[in-house]
Amino acid sequence: MKLTIEFGGGLELLCNSVKVHNVKVDPQDGEEKLTMKGLLSWVCKNLIKERPEMFMKGDTVRPGVLVLVNDCDWELSGQLETPLEEKDVVVFISTLHGG
Amino acid sequence: MADAEAAKPKSGGARQCSVCNQKRAALKRPKTLQQICRDCFYSAFEEEVHNVIVGNQLFKRGERIAIGASGGKDSTVLAYVLSELNRRHNYGLDLFLLSVDEGITGYRDDSLETVQRNKIQYGLPLKVVSYKELYGWTMDEIVKMIGLKNNCTFCGVFRRQALDRGAAMLQVDKLATGHNADDVAETVLLNILRGDIARLSRCTSIVTGEDGPIPRCIYSPNAYRGFAREFIKDLERIRPRAILDIIKSGENFRISASTKMPEQGTCERCGYISSQKWCKACVLLEGLNQGLPKLGIGRTRGLNNDHKMDATQTSGSKPCGTLDF
Repeated sequence: MKLTIEFGGGLELLCNSVKVHNVKVDPQDGEEKLTMKGLLSWVCKNLIKERPEMFMKGDTVRPGVLVLVNDCDWELSGQLETPLEEKDVVVFISTLHGG
Repeated sequence: MADAEAAKPKSGGARQCSVCNQKRAALKRPKTLQQICRDCFYSAFEEEVHNVIVGNQLFKRGERIAIGASGGKDSTVLAYVLSELNRRHNYGLDLFLLSVDEGITGYRDDSLETVQRNKIQYGLPLKVVSYKELYGWTMDEIVKMIGLKNNCTFCGVFRRQALDRGAAMLQVDKLATGHNADDVAETVLLNILRGDIARLSRCTSIVTGEDGPIPRCIYSPNAYRGFAREFIKDLERIRPRAILDIIKSGENFRISASTKMPEQGTCERCGYISSQKWCKACVLLEGLNQGLPKLGIGRTRGLNNDHKMDATQTSGSKPCGTLDF
């Protein structure tokens, strides 16, 4: 499915300073439907070019990284379990790098 | 950000805002755990800032106020909210944007552009002061001389003074900086870890406080501060209110009256506030200009001691405000 993935607050530096990525992602690791969990592992493999520890900690994003799915904090949509749909927009913003 | 798809609700997860019960909630406030929509969050935030301003009598009608503007998210929010509240509640303030150009290649270019946009968007006059014009050195030149170790000391000390000197040039009454709750909680923790009683007792006060904006730059990918920041963000994940609770603890510290505090005086060289004979920036600058950049770094109070200049002034006061990270 087609997704738009955006990085901000300094995270874009981990992907060659590209902020907006229009990508095609299929369900990951035997998932029937793509979830944020699958997307995170796809992003790590395909978009993050350096210092993945600045983005991930354990199996989720580092504390201090905001995740928005269609402009809504993923805490409200189920975090890693959030199901993704065609044309969803996922934004990652670091709050750890200065104001 | 994603405006085209912004309105599309997540199927199944579309919860209503707990304030207006009309729009879809967009975030969970760490402070209250309320699920709240974008517009209700904005109005709650602006109302709370207004209450803090009024409750603490931060401003007086007719005052000139400089807004420390880095081009980052916090100072952009500050510039927006102050100009909006000034208009809405008729504070009668003259607002100015004040930016510091450290002279770090590639670091400030984007953010100074953002400040230029702020200037136009909010119709506020802008003043940019540079390390080069104030001190005769850019950060790039300082790093070339001293290397990547300890450069944060220079940057942090110089930035704080640069803001104050810029404020003096603008002839403002006050300088507003956009420190967020994470910044303050982090500073409380750091001052506890460093045992810096003097700073701990004043780091949460809403006016004054001499710790400047948090230096975080390309020369400092993983400064000591970063660990404290990561720690409080870990805490927040377990308990969202933890950050506000740390600030509350910091505010409630009572320093025993018998603790000797450094006396605040003025620098004999430049007149800036200083607890020593010479202020930190003058000591650092003297080191740079003499080709002895280690002066003033670490716990030995280099120049002040070498020249026996501060023997009377500092005797009996606790060494405080060491800047070694």
